[in-house]
Amino acid sequence: MGKAWTFGENMNTDEIIPGRYNITIDPLELARNVFCEVKPEYAPNVKPGDVIVGGQNFGCGSSREHAPIAIKGSQAKCIIAPSYARIFFRNAINIGLPIMECPDAAADITEGDEIDVDLATGQIRNLTNGHSYQANPLPTFVIKIAEAGGIVNFLKNHDIQELMK
Amino acid sequence: MGTLVEEIFSRRAGREVHAGEILLVDVDYIMSHDNTTPLAIKAFREIGKPIYDKSKIVIHFDHAYPAPNLLAAEAQKKGIDFMKEQNITQFYHQGVCHQVMIEEGYITPGAIVIGADSHSNTYGALGAFGAGLGSTEIGVAWVTGKCWFKVPETIRIELSGVTQPGVFAKDVMIYIAGKMGMDGGTYRSIEFGGSYIDQLPMHERIIFSNMSTEIGAKCGLIAADQTTLDYLATETSARGFYEQVRPVNPRYERVVEIDVTDLAPHVSCHPDVDNAKPLSEVEGLSIDEVYIGTCTNSRYEDIEIVAGILKGKKVNPHTRVIVTPVSAKVYKKAMQNGLIEILMDAGCTVTGTGCGACIGRHGGILAPGERALTTMNRNFIGRMGSPLSEIYLASPASAAAAALTGKITDPRPYLA
Repeated sequence: MGKAWTFGENMNTDEIIPGRYNITIDPLELARNVFCEVKPEYAPNVKPGDVIVGGQNFGCGSSREHAPIAIKGSQAKCIIAPSYARIFFRNAINIGLPIMECPDAAADITEGDEIDVDLATGQIRNLTNGHSYQANPLPTFVIKIAEAGGIVNFLKNHDIQELMK
Repeated sequence: MGTLVEEIFSRRAGREVHAGEILLVDVDYIMSHDNTTPLAIKAFREIGKPIYDKSKIVIHFDHAYPAPNLLAAEAQKKGIDFMKEQNITQFYHQGVCHQVMIEEGYITPGAIVIGADSHSNTYGALGAFGAGLGSTEIGVAWVTGKCWFKVPETIRIELSGVTQPGVFAKDVMIYIAGKMGMDGGTYRSIEFGGSYIDQLPMHERIIFSNMSTEIGAKCGLIAADQTTLDYLATETSARGFYEQVRPVNPRYERVVEIDVTDLAPHVSCHPDVDNAKPLSEVEGLSIDEVYIGTCTNSRYEDIEIVAGILKGKKVNPHTRVIVTPVSAKVYKKAMQNGLIEILMDAGCTVTGTGCGACIGRHGGILAPGERALTTMNRNFIGRMGSPLSEIYLASPASAAAAALTGKITDPRPYLA
């Protein structure tokens, strides 16, 4: 259970973490500046288990993995958005940051709502207003990567071909 | 049988594949740069398996090169140490990665090339599948030689007509971005074609593939034709026989038809690429910095247009005008033909190659309250420096006109 932090449409990678901070790959260091321009109160106040709620095309812009790493480093539990930019989507899966596609939840949740997310079932509950939402199911190979905690961990114990089996 | 992206993936898979299928395919080249290589090395170390085939690996230092600060210097040293350790020799540091990939012959029709940079879509201009990925996947590809893809649906953008003098591919692409929106092509392959594209030289075709990223596209493809083959033979190190992979009885998700005949110069206004307007609507807006550079618009022909406008004149004294040739090859040709001298005499700062100003790293950072007009592909808030600065995107001709006046200015009277 955690608090919702809401963001607008087309949240781009420069807004998630401006390029000038990408001189490090340390998740905690990046997390200190995550969303520093669009929501400066986020980084000092986010708590483990909080949830990012975005608009459509979340994470558009550069291929920089610093963006999902900065969010993961801030200890947010997951992102909920109606849709993601394609490289961000891949990057988040690959680094093991859970992302859920759920237009209903993204439209209904407001800043500060208490949110409970079951990553396995895709069930999202809003404890503040009592609503429930069901996230779109992810492809099975994506779940394999997510369950391993990211593609790097997957490859430690598996051949890449096993992804498609 | 299928769209261009389906044809490319079908050839690679050895069977007919269609949009929606998820494939694990061999990639031809794996590109990364100084900004994204450190994370790829981290992933590579964690996986703990050997490199699959180092001849597929190409590394560029261009984003902050030579290093402007200690952290960048340390990151680059790690990259160099890694290349020495793994004996990776395809290493370049004299140009913007995407241009050097083309010049050095890595990009050929039908090739599948992945890059840890969102503008890897650029390669689509030569009929190759080029797509941007994150660093972790680059590390994964180093050890597997493979990458997974969902074969995308295709939106065909059919362009007809001929542009008026003073209107360039950049103006057309900015107009398209405005029409499609920043997520208008998300997860899609955008196939650019039609009589307008057919007659365009390669340096103009590249704009469309390069900026397909800005409308969310997975790739931006242009089928190879004789122009492509001639360019490969004369302007790049690629040598060999290349099939002209073309769409065959394609089924498009949709077709967008655009006649470019009556288009005027366009500008992407602060703060989004799809905030596209005819230049006339923002004419007169003061400009503090003009930046002519990047993987989008700093090729020889772009610099030639700028030099043509600035020849014998002086840039506005209160406007910084920075010209960054896209590669050493382009820089040398511009120097040999006297273009660099013209730019310097006009008061431009001509810098070494690289991406520094485009990403707000070094060599052109914007102060709060400053406004830039640039030939870049992206104008996100704070990208070039202060979040209180503004970025407008335009063609090299429009950038040169603004350099003279210090304001957004219609370039057409200057091109006579």
